[in-house]
Amino acid sequence: MMNSTPMSNTQNLLMQSGRWKLWEYPLWLLALASPFVLSSHALIINEIAIVALFAVSLDLILGYTGIVSLGHAAFFGMGAYSAALFSKHVMPDPLVGLAFGMACATLLGALCSATIMRGTDLTRLMVTLGIGLILMELANKMSWLTGGADGLQGVVMGPLLGQFEFDLRGQTAAGYSLVVLLVLFALARRLVNSPFGATLMAIRDNRLRAMAIGIPVTSRLALVYTVAAALAGAAGALLAQTSGFASLDVFEFHRSADVMLILVIGGVGWLYGGVVGAVVFKLLHDVISSITPQYWTFWIGLFLVVLTLVGRERLIRPWTWFKSGTAGGKS
Amino acid sequence: MLTILFDGIAYGMLLFILAVGLSVTMGLMNFINLAHGAFAMVGGYITVLLMQRLDVPFLWCLPIAFLGTALLGGVLERTLYRPLYNKPHLDQVLFSIGLTFMAVASVDYFIGPSQQFIQLPDWLKGRTELGQGAWMLGMGHYRLFIIAVCAALTVALQYVLSHTRFGSRLRASVDDQRVAAGMGINVNMVFLGTFAVGSGLAGLGGALGAEVLGLDPSFPLKFMIYFLIVVAVGGTSSITGPLLAALLLGIADVAGKYYIPTFGGFIVYGLMIAILIWRPQGLFVRQGGK
Repeated sequence: MMNSTPMSNTQNLLMQSGRWKLWEYPLWLLALASPFVLSSHALIINEIAIVALFAVSLDLILGYTGIVSLGHAAFFGMGAYSAALFSKHVMPDPLVGLAFGMACATLLGALCSATIMRGTDLTRLMVTLGIGLILMELANKMSWLTGGADGLQGVVMGPLLGQFEFDLRGQTAAGYSLVVLLVLFALARRLVNSPFGATLMAIRDNRLRAMAIGIPVTSRLALVYTVAAALAGAAGALLAQTSGFASLDVFEFHRSADVMLILVIGGVGWLYGGVVGAVVFKLLHDVISSITPQYWTFWIGLFLVVLTLVGRERLIRPWTWFKSGTAGGKS
Repeated sequence: MLTILFDGIAYGMLLFILAVGLSVTMGLMNFINLAHGAFAMVGGYITVLLMQRLDVPFLWCLPIAFLGTALLGGVLERTLYRPLYNKPHLDQVLFSIGLTFMAVASVDYFIGPSQQFIQLPDWLKGRTELGQGAWMLGMGHYRLFIIAVCAALTVALQYVLSHTRFGSRLRASVDDQRVAAGMGINVNMVFLGTFAVGSGLAGLGGALGAEVLGLDPSFPLKFMIYFLIVVAVGGTSSITGPLLAALLLGIADVAGKYYIPTFGGFIVYGLMIAILIWRPQGLFVRQGGK
């Protein structure tokens, strides 16, 4: 094999990893059918889809590019508020609102991408956290626009595509969120499997070497940060549209922490990680908070501590559980 | 105006005591410890509970808070933190957030979500005013006490760091851990001691600050960002850097909240982002470190 045409072979191999696998089609069909099959759980399916999209967007910058961010909720909240305001004051069509929310988040992402270029992990952590907090303060203080601490109420959504009304049972909402998730997931997937995605991983693994082989590190970082912001904005817009409400909660620190946890549960640097993590996290949340509604953060904390002590590489690879030796160390 | 400056300095000193442990552990072990605020909260609650339940006088509570938190810090360092020193930063962040969540939820569960108050002794309650008009200086006695205690601690810390054997071992380990180990310094013991003292200082700061900052279960999350600002802006290579950063932050925060209350939060965060974009390694960093 090697001696015939090594070039086309390598190419083939690389392309292979980017192709849609056979098992992915039925998976997404099942997901899209779920709100109608499990109609009583449509609300939680909707939430899962939104959180999954949010986690996928964080994966782009954390898993593929290696930027540790604790302020990703800034873009989520930006998308949520701008979509809600748009439908309240301009027009109630959901798709246009979604596009507007994404556009606002993209703009914010492009502006903020200048802040993550330099410094160590700690500096980035602080800067992203600070931006999230500033936006939360802004939303809190500009109460004439955002409703302040009471949240933005009276958001009425028009029917989707002029056909499907958003109802209380949430089937339309869930279907809508799932379709948006699928489309954006496919885009993100295309992105990380492209040569562009390969350069991102090169930057993550060794920034100096990436620079030395001629990858324009700064512009790549800016671009991926902006794209991730757009996806996070879409997730926020979906939340605001399907719940008809936007509150300060969308900017909260725990949202950024949760999404990081979700990604870590599912596996970093793997787009399905965000989706798997979202399913597991939401179901866990549902179960635990039905047992102890107030103290469920304790169990989340315990889970995080155990996870990192055992090693998160091992948790998603059950076959390494019983092997002794030092797993981990690599990220 | 002087009053604001005074309050700002008191606040900054308090932040310094709270954050200095974090700065040293971060510089020493390259460990991002978001759970530092949890130690401060433990110190605060030790004080509150001792005073409310057992009627221990306030002054006795402070050393107890220090020792209790230091002990806790030492035990946790030995059992939980040590395996994580060589892990990537993401793991450390997740681990310490998890620890913080656990601390918040347990305090909420055992003590309750309401804010706790400290009954100060009478001699700390008063207020002295000097001068008049625009230059009037009003000094709350408790704030004066905080400044005195923190200043004494700072001088002591500086002395320990620069004039004792332990201090030189510590500085050697911060500069280059492997070479220090090669020279026969027991780096693990240095780490353990430093972590315990750093946590203890956080506990002491929490005890002192319970009156000023307010103490409730969400304390670690609320003030985490402040500690991190102090460390990120001040740099991790000395203790004067965090001290100046803490003073700057304290004064900026108090003055911002007083003069332009609607923009209180923005000033601090905006200043931090601007400084970090300008000098990503911190304001007061020695060149040529690692």
